[in-house]
Amino acid sequence: MSLSMTLHHRTSLRQTVQQSFTMAYRGLLKFRRNPEQLFDVTLQPTLFTLMFTYIFGGAISGDAEHYLPIIIPGVLMQTVITASVATGVQLREDMDKGVFDRFRTLPIARIAPLAGALMADTVRYTIATLVTFVVGYAMGYRPQGGLGDVALAGLLVIVCAFAISWIFAFFGVIARTATSVQGISMLILFPLTFLSNAFVPVNTMPKWLQWFANANPLSHLISAVRELTNSGQIGDEFAISLFAAAVIILLFAPLAVRMYMRKA
Amino acid sequence: MSATAYPGLVTSARRAPSHNDVAIQTQGLVKQFGSHRAVDGIDLTVQTGTVFGVLGPNGAGKTTTVRMLATLLRPDGGRARIFGHDVVKEEHVVRQLIGVTGQYASVDETLSALENLIIFARLLGFSRPAAKRKATELLEQFGLVEAAKRPLKHFSGGMRRRLDLAASLIATPPLIFLDEPTTGLDPRSRAQVWDTIRRLVREGTTVLLTTQYLDEADQLADRIAVIDRGRVIAEGTADELKASVGQSSLHLRLADPEDGARAQAIVARVLRSEATFSPEGKRLVMPVSDPSRIADLLVALKENDVDIVEFSMQKPTLDEVFLALTGHEATPSSEVEDSKGVEQP
Ligand SMILES: Nc1ncnc2c1ncn2[C@@H]1O[C@H](COP(=O)(O)OP(=O)(O)OP(=O)(O)O)[C@@H](O)[C@H]1O
Ligand SMILES: [Mg+2]
Repeated sequence: MSLSMTLHHRTSLRQTVQQSFTMAYRGLLKFRRNPEQLFDVTLQPTLFTLMFTYIFGGAISGDAEHYLPIIIPGVLMQTVITASVATGVQLREDMDKGVFDRFRTLPIARIAPLAGALMADTVRYTIATLVTFVVGYAMGYRPQGGLGDVALAGLLVIVCAFAISWIFAFFGVIARTATSVQGISMLILFPLTFLSNAFVPVNTMPKWLQWFANANPLSHLISAVRELTNSGQIGDEFAISLFAAAVIILLFAPLAVRMYMRKA
Repeated sequence: MSATAYPGLVTSARRAPSHNDVAIQTQGLVKQFGSHRAVDGIDLTVQTGTVFGVLGPNGAGKTTTVRMLATLLRPDGGRARIFGHDVVKEEHVVRQLIGVTGQYASVDETLSALENLIIFARLLGFSRPAAKRKATELLEQFGLVEAAKRPLKHFSGGMRRRLDLAASLIATPPLIFLDEPTTGLDPRSRAQVWDTIRRLVREGTTVLLTTQYLDEADQLADRIAVIDRGRVIAEGTADELKASVGQSSLHLRLADPEDGARAQAIVARVLRSEATFSPEGKRLVMPVSDPSRIADLLVALKENDVDIVEFSMQKPTLDEVFLALTGHEATPSSEVEDSKGVEQP
């Protein structure tokens, strides 16, 4: 055996990207083997759209049909964020398996196993987005923005969910068990999704809550989606959402990778 | 390994020193878990192209040592170099030089054998067709072709083990770590793994393997380190080790347990060694340093009317090795040479 191989002190950018895609491919293969991993992104949007529309619709908008343009973006956001919590939980479970030991001994970029898992999960967010819009359409939701704008809104949601999933990936890396990831994440998820403009107009809340709901980045995301789907507008809310997504990735991706390396 | 397309991003590319004849060198390696020192100052030197066996009982610190050498655990003290590269400071370089088969299977349960190998190969920089080719080749080599497409959940322990070994060989690394590669395997699978290890060594790979079986270390390893409670208590070739522990032992079963004490006295006189007698089994066991004296012993027993129903010679077992080596607390490794004294106090 010749020892004349060329050794490198780190991976190149191109190798890092290729390795992340390989890890994403692994994630997709797992979906194919365990289709039950896709239950939450198909059942939850269906159930929530039906429930919220018929329970709150009359009280908030007079009838269900007029509530749909408000609630569809809300349910969409909630479903996708819940799915991104599952990303962190599954990452924790995955990391406890022996195969992660092998990934750690391979000369690959440390971010690749994390980035790949998160990239594969954008497929789940896409399914959730499609299901929500289709169920809404079946219930009479007719977005004024047209198909192109709806698609763009969907894309925005998926990009933001990918960004947010880095937060839960970080919890996944630092937590001891998958259940504790679930626990911490839900504690954050509930206030963040309900203290927003997702389900009810913010001006019906007490003043101090209004302040929080208006500052909540998720409110901006939902507003951006509503503007796009209901009137085909791309405005400040769109830009704010993308900016928030970028900040989250820049903050949590390095944190998650660093903690992942420390555990190794 | 493919060369990078962006040489500018590589801080410094080096050639592994092919003249480097030390594959592994550790100095005072320490790992502490809470107040427990799992590895307590281990010094090892493994020459390139050899098989080095690390022998030790449960909890001795074998896995912890291997995990530190394989960059999976950070040492709390001391240092370790792989072909001259520090396992902490140059972990990325070290990872290009090693293949690891851990004690517990490190393959993906939900995927098939083929998918597993293709993914590892892609991560190592193989192109898609090259990854497929390499995976198929390894599956053939390890007799896993028929099961290649089935999820590993349905694999037997031996098949999983072989796949794990195959996965460590994708990049043909110059150094392979095998942590208890044959524990839990049936004799046929064990023989297959042994053959693979021998083939690797013929091709020039350096192998560090841990085991609980003296026999396995004996069969495969050029040098053996015995570790216990995180320390090296003996090191040498298999022959040196066995000689230091004492020799084979002679087992006799007596027809009449009443003869026990008398037989012991005869053994003491003829072999000049002390026999232990267990009346339940009517069994007399004694170390034998000079097998040519056995005939004398049998004759002497016959003359004294001690009847024997069974007779066998046994090589030292690992139990005996450990008993001999760890018989007293914290044996310094220098005492190994005279640990014959343990056998004949
Ligand atoms: N992650 C850990 N946390 C705490 N203690 C640990 C950890 N890993 C190992 N130990 C302890 O360190 C000691 C050495 O363990 P190690 O797994 O290295 O032994 P071993 O020689 O590989 O044993 P075996 O033959 O059972 O595989 C044991 O006492 C074990 O309980
Ligand atoms: Mg072990």
